[in-house]
Amino acid sequence: MLRPFLALLAGLAALVFSAQVRAADFAELVASLAKGGFGDRETAIGAIVNSGDTRAAAVLEALGQGRLFTRRADNTMVIGVGRGGTFTLEIAATGVAAGTAAEAELDRVRVNNRLRGVIDAAVGALTLMNPDPRVRRGAADSLLKRPDPASLASLDTALAAEKLPAIKRAMTEARAAIVLVSDAPTAAKLEALAVVRGRADRDAMGILQAAARSSDPAVKEAAEAAARELAQVLELWQALQNVWYGISLGSVLLLAAIGLAITFGTMGVINMAHGEMVMLGAYTTFVVQQMLKAHAPHLFDASLLIALPLAFIVAGGVGVAIERGIIRFLYGRPLETLLATWGLSLVLQQAVRSIFDSSNKEVSSPSWMSGAFQVGNITITYGRLWIVVFSLLVFVALLLVLKRTSLGLHMRAVTQNRPMASSMGIRTPRVDALTFGLGSGIAGLAGVALSQIDNVSPNLGQGYIIDSFMVVVFGGVGNLFGTLLGAFSLGIVNKFLEPYAGAVLGKILVLVFIILFIQRRPRGLFALKGRAVDQ
Amino acid sequence: MIASFLAGGLDRRLRICLAVVLAIGILLPLSNQLLPPSSAFHVPTWVLQLIGKYLCYALLAVAVDLVWGYCGILSLGHGAFFALGGYAMGMYLMRQIGNRGSYGNPLLPDFMVFLNYKQLPWFWHGFDQFWFAAVMVVLVPGLLALALGWFAFRSRVTGVYLSIITQAMTFALMLAFFRNDMGLGGNNGLTDFKDILGVSVQADGTRAALCFASALALAIGLVIAAAIAASRFGKALTAVRDAESRMRFLGYRVEGYKLFVFVLSAAMAGIAGALYVPQVGIINPSEFSPANSIEAVIWVAVGGRGTLVGPVIGAFAVNFAKTWLTGALPEIWLFALGALFVAVTLFLPRGIVGLWRQIVDRRGGST
Repeated sequence: MLRPFLALLAGLAALVFSAQVRAADFAELVASLAKGGFGDRETAIGAIVNSGDTRAAAVLEALGQGRLFTRRADNTMVIGVGRGGTFTLEIAATGVAAGTAAEAELDRVRVNNRLRGVIDAAVGALTLMNPDPRVRRGAADSLLKRPDPASLASLDTALAAEKLPAIKRAMTEARAAIVLVSDAPTAAKLEALAVVRGRADRDAMGILQAAARSSDPAVKEAAEAAARELAQVLELWQALQNVWYGISLGSVLLLAAIGLAITFGTMGVINMAHGEMVMLGAYTTFVVQQMLKAHAPHLFDASLLIALPLAFIVAGGVGVAIERGIIRFLYGRPLETLLATWGLSLVLQQAVRSIFDSSNKEVSSPSWMSGAFQVGNITITYGRLWIVVFSLLVFVALLLVLKRTSLGLHMRAVTQNRPMASSMGIRTPRVDALTFGLGSGIAGLAGVALSQIDNVSPNLGQGYIIDSFMVVVFGGVGNLFGTLLGAFSLGIVNKFLEPYAGAVLGKILVLVFIILFIQRRPRGLFALKGRAVDQ
Repeated sequence: MIASFLAGGLDRRLRICLAVVLAIGILLPLSNQLLPPSSAFHVPTWVLQLIGKYLCYALLAVAVDLVWGYCGILSLGHGAFFALGGYAMGMYLMRQIGNRGSYGNPLLPDFMVFLNYKQLPWFWHGFDQFWFAAVMVVLVPGLLALALGWFAFRSRVTGVYLSIITQAMTFALMLAFFRNDMGLGGNNGLTDFKDILGVSVQADGTRAALCFASALALAIGLVIAAAIAASRFGKALTAVRDAESRMRFLGYRVEGYKLFVFVLSAAMAGIAGALYVPQVGIINPSEFSPANSIEAVIWVAVGGRGTLVGPVIGAFAVNFAKTWLTGALPEIWLFALGALFVAVTLFLPRGIVGLWRQIVDRRGGST
């Protein structure tokens, strides 16, 4: 009870004192760093810390990294950033830019290893009081990872002054980690164990494992129990992490397969060029980004949104052309369709290779897709999150088109009973072309999303074609929900196998599993029931 | 029985084809060996090697035709059987290197020394014997086909589903063989062969013998396939192709028919692969790539499926075009191959062999 109070007093005293120190005095303090031996420097470092000047952290950091110099011309202390003998300078005490200088014009302020330790602790203490909450948070986290009893006092000061609860918590945990490595009494250590245990992540696990090696039997036992308990929690997190990775992979599979679910699933057309439709979508994104870079850089963040409709039109248009030009002559001959569309995929690949050359094209992510956030122990990148959201949006949109529009009605009618639909006045050839165009267009949309996570090259589509067929066949032909479930379950199974079997073997196991699965249920997870499937 | 079949059972087209294949297999190696290089009729070794390669492809095409043309099973995984046969032969050739590898290890091939293997993996034992390797060339693809076919045909997986399963199989094998832990050379595969049956693989005489062996294998393959096609068994196969359910209702065990022909065809593909590897001097996992298997199917389609002669012609024609185009106009090759796929399926459903008949039919139909 008393100690925080004292620490608060000390902190307040330091703040009051620092207000009286004038900028000129601070410059003098900085200059004293270059004088005398290492012992004198240590004193000077202490004085700088106590000065409370806003530049103190920057100066000490530069000192620790060997970037603090004395400029020979006027004996000013400067911080230099540079490479190859030329340094860009700023005045150490004020942070004002001071031109450039060659290495020969500067004298480096030297430090030894012991001083470096002192500087690190000092910088840590300073950053713990930094006005920027993110810096304070970072300082607390780094203390947790490298607990140093020497910084306990400054941490206590910071803890007392801290107002944000999240950072206060991080500091409390860092303090507990320090207590555990210090020679505090058993009771304090046990209390600290509980605090660390509450953190429930890998860092906490490391601290607990270190504490389990303690010589104090009570601490050792408590730490071991806490570590065991935590191990289970971490395992659960690991499983959740795998589920998330699986969902992420599943969304990619869903995107690649959902167009195929239309062309293969409802029309029964084996389109081996489906992967190339995905590739066309990805290249459309590339072209859109290049155009925007050249003509309208301010629209760059919207590049993917602009690319989406274009990719749909490009891939869908090519799809309609393929259907009208080739596939309609091959209805009822699935094996021939397979061969012809495979040939088409070769032509499309080579065409793209001729136009864009075969190197990987760089498609960059707009700002709203980069970055990540934390949920518990799981890091979720915005890019992956958007792809999951996007795949579900596409799925819902497709479902609405099939169930709520007249085109969807016609499609379903033609799929179920072509002669009857035709005699009811539905123009079946037009519906065929549009259905195929829709499936291909959706593949194009997938290409926009996949351009964010895969190499955009002429071979992009080939990697997805077998996977997509597996998803459609596994989920059950002609059933969109089967495709959805198939994609996500295959994705998750794949990610759970990976840690045990490795990425490649995991994929092989999944393929073998599907081959065996098709033996049991030749028509997939959700087979259409009734006469429609009997051929 | 075989003799009477050979005399009377073969149709004229097939007899001509056999004669041509055997003539190529005998005359080319002889001219290479006996005539001096200055002679106008001397066949250089690289031609021999090329022809030998084409003969192996033709045998693969005949194997594909046997299942696709006569039984309606479109296998997109025959490249895997081909490659497995090749690997079995490659393993034998690797063991023949002995201590002449870069690391000079008498027991372990170079890549194993490189990957820190302490001893030979169990499945490499026996491959120092030619007879063992020769058995494996047939057995490994045959057993794989037996396992896959038994599962697939029993649960009545047919049509495109079967095609996609076979494609997934070869894809999975490709991924597996790319792994270094597989103990089969990983990415680089097996190469740097020295001897086969005690003679140098590189020698002209060996090349000539291999070319002859390939022609002989193709001829035997053709005869076996033709004998099957002409037999009662073959008639039943064709019936399974055209009306599987009806055959089943008539009391035939359709699965047995399909399984037999599938396994036989896989073994033929394995032999083709085994003959192919010493002639090209390397076998690596890219032989498993699904594209290779589909290419074999297009040879059959170009030549004419269900004709046995067609696949031989198709394999030669397409591969000749490939050799020529990839040398002269590499940009064009994939366009040409792709266009070939489309054109053959749209305009040449019976292939080159059926072209004449197709024209006659159209004339007859229009008048």
